[in-house]
Amino acid sequence: MVAQNIGFALIALVMIVGALRVVTTSNVVHAALWLVVVLSGAAAQYVLLAAEFVAITQVLVYVGAVMVLFLFGTMLTRSRIGRETDLNNPRWKWGIPVALLLFAAMAIALVSAFGDEKMPEDAAPVPVQVVSDQIFGPYLLPFWALSFVLLAAVIGAIVLARKD
Amino acid sequence: MLVNQFLFLAAILFCIGVYGVIARRNAVLVLMSIELILNAVNLNLIAFAMRNGSPDGHTFALYVIAVAAAEVGVGLGMVLLIYRNRKTIALDDLSEMKG
Repeated sequence: MVAQNIGFALIALVMIVGALRVVTTSNVVHAALWLVVVLSGAAAQYVLLAAEFVAITQVLVYVGAVMVLFLFGTMLTRSRIGRETDLNNPRWKWGIPVALLLFAAMAIALVSAFGDEKMPEDAAPVPVQVVSDQIFGPYLLPFWALSFVLLAAVIGAIVLARKD
Repeated sequence: MLVNQFLFLAAILFCIGVYGVIARRNAVLVLMSIELILNAVNLNLIAFAMRNGSPDGHTFALYVIAVAAAEVGVGLGMVLLIYRNRKTIALDDLSEMKG
């Protein structure tokens, strides 16, 4: 249990630092690479929470595919790759009180709702078979809807990005 | 492990993402902040799946990952289109829709 808590603390620290760098760095490519750190940390937390399949999907889809999309998007919309000065809004400081107030509200809600409730000690990893039985059983209709969403997104992205 | 440690991590990531959406001017960076928010939600789903001992949270986390991938694809397609027509992706320059 102690080892799990130490692992959680280390990964959480890395994730928070990475997330702060994503929203504060002045280089778009660096922001994408810090986002890789945050997403990999999230995958590690999923392993800690006995969700191996979601962790693997996270690495495949986010760290693999979405990040390549972001780097291509940066490359295609930027005349130069490097430090830039106008990445923030003129009134970016308004974001700080909004985020802090939101966090205060969520912290109060979380502390009053869960207090020091513990995770179950003997949680076994959820097998892929259970997850697939869920997807192709009770949640089949959302899966179909999701298939149409992905199809529409593929066609939409091609239509949007096509030169004509 | 407490339940709250995961929920607090997700809350912190969510708030950092909200700050990024408000503060950033570059459309690609705003999309990255939205990814932070979606990841915070996923972390919550997985944490509650473990707390309740039910695999429903895993299913929904997978759905969220798929929707996020579609969202990034369409979002970056729109950003590319705006960049091609306007030569800028600064969000406060795009004010034609303002009343």
